[in-house]
Amino acid sequence: MILGQSSSSRIVSHAVLVTGAIIMVFPFLWMILASLTPQSEIFDGSLLPTPTLHGAIDNYGTALSAIPLLRFMANGFVVCLAILVLQIAIAIPCGYALAKLSFPGRPILLVGVLLGLLVPVQIPTIPIYIALAKSGLLDSYAALVLPWIISVFAIFLFRQFFVTFPDEVLDAARLDGFSELSIAWRIMLPAAWPAVVSFSIFSIVAHWNDLYWPMVVITNPDMMTASLGIAYFRQAGEGAGNVGALMAGGVLVTAPLVSFFLLMQKHFIRGLVLGRH
Amino acid sequence: MALANDIPLSSLAPNTAGSYRPARAQAQAGIILSVPATLLLVALVIGPAILVFFLSFTNASLGLAGIQFIGVANYTRMLTDPGFAQSLRNTALYVAVVVPTAIGWGLLVAVLIARSRFAVLYRTAYFLPVAASLVALATAWEAILHPSLGFANTLLQLLGASPVRFLSDPATAIYALAAIGVWQLVGFNMILFLAGLSTIPEELYEAATIDGADRGLKRFLLVTWPMLAPVTVFVTVMTIIRAFSVFETVAVLTQGGPMKSTSVVLYTFYEEGFRFFRVGYASAISVSFFVFVTFLSLVQMRVSERRARWKANGGQ
Repeated sequence: MILGQSSSSRIVSHAVLVTGAIIMVFPFLWMILASLTPQSEIFDGSLLPTPTLHGAIDNYGTALSAIPLLRFMANGFVVCLAILVLQIAIAIPCGYALAKLSFPGRPILLVGVLLGLLVPVQIPTIPIYIALAKSGLLDSYAALVLPWIISVFAIFLFRQFFVTFPDEVLDAARLDGFSELSIAWRIMLPAAWPAVVSFSIFSIVAHWNDLYWPMVVITNPDMMTASLGIAYFRQAGEGAGNVGALMAGGVLVTAPLVSFFLLMQKHFIRGLVLGRH
Repeated sequence: MALANDIPLSSLAPNTAGSYRPARAQAQAGIILSVPATLLLVALVIGPAILVFFLSFTNASLGLAGIQFIGVANYTRMLTDPGFAQSLRNTALYVAVVVPTAIGWGLLVAVLIARSRFAVLYRTAYFLPVAASLVALATAWEAILHPSLGFANTLLQLLGASPVRFLSDPATAIYALAAIGVWQLVGFNMILFLAGLSTIPEELYEAATIDGADRGLKRFLLVTWPMLAPVTVFVTVMTIIRAFSVFETVAVLTQGGPMKSTSVVLYTFYEEGFRFFRVGYASAISVSFFVFVTFLSLVQMRVSERRARWKANGGQ
């Protein structure tokens, strides 16, 4: 209903959408095909790589044995989960307090949150890096997780979500003897579920794929996350120049996130749309 | 995300909180619930940001031993350094290509998808690059753009054109990175526009039909485009900030080369701060970056505040 509808404009619009969709999906397709093709045959002048069974075994074998790829992925998983849980645990109570409780310092905190929204993530990284270096925490999970456990964006998002929540429900809960903390966890968290899902996707995508911060604080291969691991694989040992194995690694690193998104996409979009009301 | 910057400042005024709770108990609970966030906000965002501001006026290097205040020397060096001027130009070029393309394409896709029977399929396809590991997919792009035997050049040769050394020719490298940047951002913008489209009341389209705007472009210009204006402002600022912060593809594919043609601001900041450990100079770069982003955000808040007032006054 956004545009008028005639059959010729439908055909044009499908043509435009399909062309774009092919461009969007093509690198994924190429990555999967190349990950199944023997290294020597990937650049043989044909348009697309032609998969073979031994190519597949070779590439995935190299990706899993030449570098500790599973270890990288486990690191990434631990780091993303820790960041997400801490972000939500800190942001929900704060968002609730900012939306529904009046307390001294609240206006200042609101201004602080707004200011925090404006600060690009790269700005605080130099002092944080120096602090981590001085306390001997480089090359650790703490270094990967610590700078991100406060998400100003999450606080702001949840606060906006809670502002419209009916006060009567909260008052009834208080009369029933709920503490403010249990209100935050047992009433506000479920109420904010769509926002929690949307935020989780943003957070996990951002930290699983982040290269900048891991590149700054990690030099020990054992502590590398998936993205840094792939970047390191490109340059180190058997990975360098082995496009087939690199693509196998790429498939393994990309698959969890893409499947997570496919599972969650309905909730994710609902969260975004609800948030606008 | 869509809502984050769409809120007029006036909505942040104190609201009336729950009435059954005695004021003191409420104040106590509010403080307890917000203390962890407050401390972390100061320790990890605001404190370090202030520190960076001070460091930008010093000659600090990694150990912070023997820091001296050197006034605005870092800033004057930034302004006179041909290398930095080059990375500013590269960034501007990248932003100038990525921003209009990623926004226009995202809007077009959202508008076309909104009435398609295959909406879910299209939406998934366009969103995939947003969820993908950019490091892994950048490697796939590198292979597709391979100077002689990649898919892109095989295709060009089939069409009778001569091969292009996309990523290794200083004249094309930044455009190749921009193409990857557009590819990654279109889906994100599409989702935000879709969220915006879903809030447009159907009655507006019915009214437009009565007024004679019952087809394609007319409807779009009369209803869709004005109603999308707040989302568009938000999408524009987000896209500019993200384009300005391009890092992964540069770090993985070109390391700023060939011949400095892809050295962008954030990559320069990374090199100065974390590879050469020129902390003071890197701080000056990041402070300038911050000023730029703040300026953009303020402009956006102004625009959305004016819009909110305009709507409150009955619109039109």
